[in-house]
Amino acid sequence: MVENNCELLRMEKVTKTFPGVRALTNVDFCLHKGEIHALVGENGAGKSTLIKVMTGVERLDEGVMIYDGKEVRIKSPQHAQSLGISTVYQEVNLCSNLSVAENLLLGREPRKFGFIQWKAMNKRAEMILGDLNVNIDVKAPLASYSTAIQQITAIARALEISSAKVLILDEPTSSLDAQESELIFKVMRKLKEKGVGIIFITHFINQIYAVADRITILRNGCLVGTYKTEELSTFDLIKKMIGRSLAEYEDMKKSDYPVSERKLVASVEEIAHGNDLEPTDLELNSGEVVGMAGLLGSGRTALAELIFGVSEPDEGKLEVGDTVLARHTPHDSLMNGIGLCPEDRKESGIVGDLTIRENIILAMQAKLGWFKFLSKAKQYEMANKYIDMLQIMTPSPDQLVKNLSGGNQQKVILARWLAIHPNLLILDEPTRGIDIGTKAEIQKLVISLAEDGMACMFISSELEEVMRTSNRIVVMRDREKVTELPGDVSEQLIMEAIAGSDG
Amino acid sequence: MKPRIKKFLFTNGPLLATICIFILVYILGGQLYPAMQKPQVFFNLFINNGSLLIIAIGMTMVVLMGGIDLSVSGMIALTSVASASLLLLDMNPVLVMALMLLMGILIGLVQGFIIHYLKVEAFVVTLMGLFFTRGMAYVINKSSVTIKNEFYKYLALTKIHLPIFEGTFIYITTLVAILLLIVVFIITRYTNFGRRIYAIGNNEQSALLMGMPVARTKLMVYSISGFCSALAGIVFSISLLSGFGGYARSMEMDAIAAVVIGGTALTGGKGNVIGTLFGVMISGTIVTILQFNGTLTSWWTRIAVGILTLIFIGIQSLFYIRKKQI
Repeated sequence: MVENNCELLRMEKVTKTFPGVRALTNVDFCLHKGEIHALVGENGAGKSTLIKVMTGVERLDEGVMIYDGKEVRIKSPQHAQSLGISTVYQEVNLCSNLSVAENLLLGREPRKFGFIQWKAMNKRAEMILGDLNVNIDVKAPLASYSTAIQQITAIARALEISSAKVLILDEPTSSLDAQESELIFKVMRKLKEKGVGIIFITHFINQIYAVADRITILRNGCLVGTYKTEELSTFDLIKKMIGRSLAEYEDMKKSDYPVSERKLVASVEEIAHGNDLEPTDLELNSGEVVGMAGLLGSGRTALAELIFGVSEPDEGKLEVGDTVLARHTPHDSLMNGIGLCPEDRKESGIVGDLTIRENIILAMQAKLGWFKFLSKAKQYEMANKYIDMLQIMTPSPDQLVKNLSGGNQQKVILARWLAIHPNLLILDEPTRGIDIGTKAEIQKLVISLAEDGMACMFISSELEEVMRTSNRIVVMRDREKVTELPGDVSEQLIMEAIAGSDG
Repeated sequence: MKPRIKKFLFTNGPLLATICIFILVYILGGQLYPAMQKPQVFFNLFINNGSLLIIAIGMTMVVLMGGIDLSVSGMIALTSVASASLLLLDMNPVLVMALMLLMGILIGLVQGFIIHYLKVEAFVVTLMGLFFTRGMAYVINKSSVTIKNEFYKYLALTKIHLPIFEGTFIYITTLVAILLLIVVFIITRYTNFGRRIYAIGNNEQSALLMGMPVARTKLMVYSISGFCSALAGIVFSISLLSGFGGYARSMEMDAIAAVVIGGTALTGGKGNVIGTLFGVMISGTIVTILQFNGTLTSWWTRIAVGILTLIFIGIQSLFYIRKKQI
């Protein structure tokens, strides 16, 4: 390969800072013509920021971007598109009520005297899709096709309307099954032959190995490196992604709740849900922290949501205490002593415009029923108790939650669930985006809760964190539980389990 | 062949249901009152519902785009009073009509501007538009103003005799509504602008990301609705040869009901203007039946239309729920 001639896009020493966060630090990236380049990293690694800088959603603070041999400053997504840099997102941004042909060509449809020539348009659409080896009825509404076809339509539109040279695919396969993903891969390979440079973002490791030529790994906003796919083993890839952070934690001890006194709090049997989770078993005991290790999309969150009743399982059984929960709602879970700190606290956890006190009593009030009034004095008493206990940094319980830092917001959510004294607490990525000090505090807190007899299910993408807190570690991969390991297992073993047999 | 038929039925389900209901209701009327079988009774549906059809056509475009326009009936009242008053001043009738249409477009444009750029709910903006236009109509004249203009009289009274059916006729104004229907059908089906309406109705954000001029399209559609309601106002004042601030009270709701019965989804993006025609004709037929009966109050129309609208919204969501499952 003659490196310089086929270079399509190069980013050098790119740095981007958001208030309080350094999202990218001196990142280099280079995309060749006719290459599929995987961009990987866990959440917060800087993938999306890099893409945003590339497509003009954000401006870079430092560094240069060279496109097609010239230095460019991308001003807006429209500008990027006009240059030939197009993005297709995970959620398809097309109009599902219109036909496939319209979605492909709207804005550039064949017209005569200003009137759309439907026949010519359908023919043209058939040709474009046929070129990508997709033969479907283009007259049918987009909504009647699978997400894979919709993705392909979006890709074809990007190529057709803005004649893209660089195509960025942002997790296009995250909601597809294996067969559908293969459909997308075929299209990607076809485009690669035509000389399009494709940046492929995904959290499915096997898919990277299925299509990518090269891999660039980011971690904590820094470049780990760019590798040829065949020269990097799955195991090394995961090691580089998850890595080892240099936090100085004080020695932390795991829950020492006596094993003899552990009781089964909840058991899950063969529970499964659509495309998110294959049948899975799990037992959760009091006094125990169960760590859930695995990559994004491996089914951990899906499992948590099934247990809490956010989504309904297709099959399987869930038992909490002595009751079998079927078709239960989150409110039923609440009544049965299950709490969930959701993955995205801003979207589904915190009510930013309420005060700390109001946020803390929310779950409690829901459990009591809305007609049993908690006196103000009682509310303050509770709020103050948890502010002290969790060391929430705030001038008063009447502070609006949106004015707190991420770590403190997370503590407020925790307090909300602690207030109902749950038997089972599910924590989905409770420490994401939180500074190291607070992380350690939250981890310690989880351990102490278990020591008091609570069952904790701890989901985290940071391996170290799981290892530090868990009595038992469940490893999930590709929507399935792969294995269960004791808490004192080596990092190597867990990584191997995450990577799978081919690692 | 079979799956194709199934698909056709599926994609056009709400519209076909509307047409079937229209035929059923009409046959029922003909059985109850044989006089209804006369062709002229059928053409009277167009004559009597010209204004409603015109505003319903404009409303269809707005609803397809995911919006709503409550100001239409106020526009009819304002146009009728304003044109009657201007004609009293001996202004050229053609100029009066042109002025009225221009006013309709302008008011529609202003509403569209507020909806799009100031991000105010269409419901609220056009409700204010309704208050404003109806209020202005009463400001111009508190009582009914008679139109004595010869040209208006000519338009009101000239019959166009129809071929095939002996002795049947329609008025010139009736043609306006039918012509508008055809034009709007072509626009929504065969122009880029028309397809953009569907795209925005489905998902405005997506339409924007697909590079469509969303702002321009929205402003144009509200302007067109304003134009249609002014046109309906002119037709209204011609057929009654007068103008009054109390005319066409709550006709905006009849128009919305006709649009919904016609199979257009209130959430936008689905439906077409042909359905609206049948929606208008169904309510017209019910009115006719009640008139032939003579003993029932006209409120039964409202009740029947209300029930039909509910049923249709039910059918629609069933269709869309099933589609989602597939």
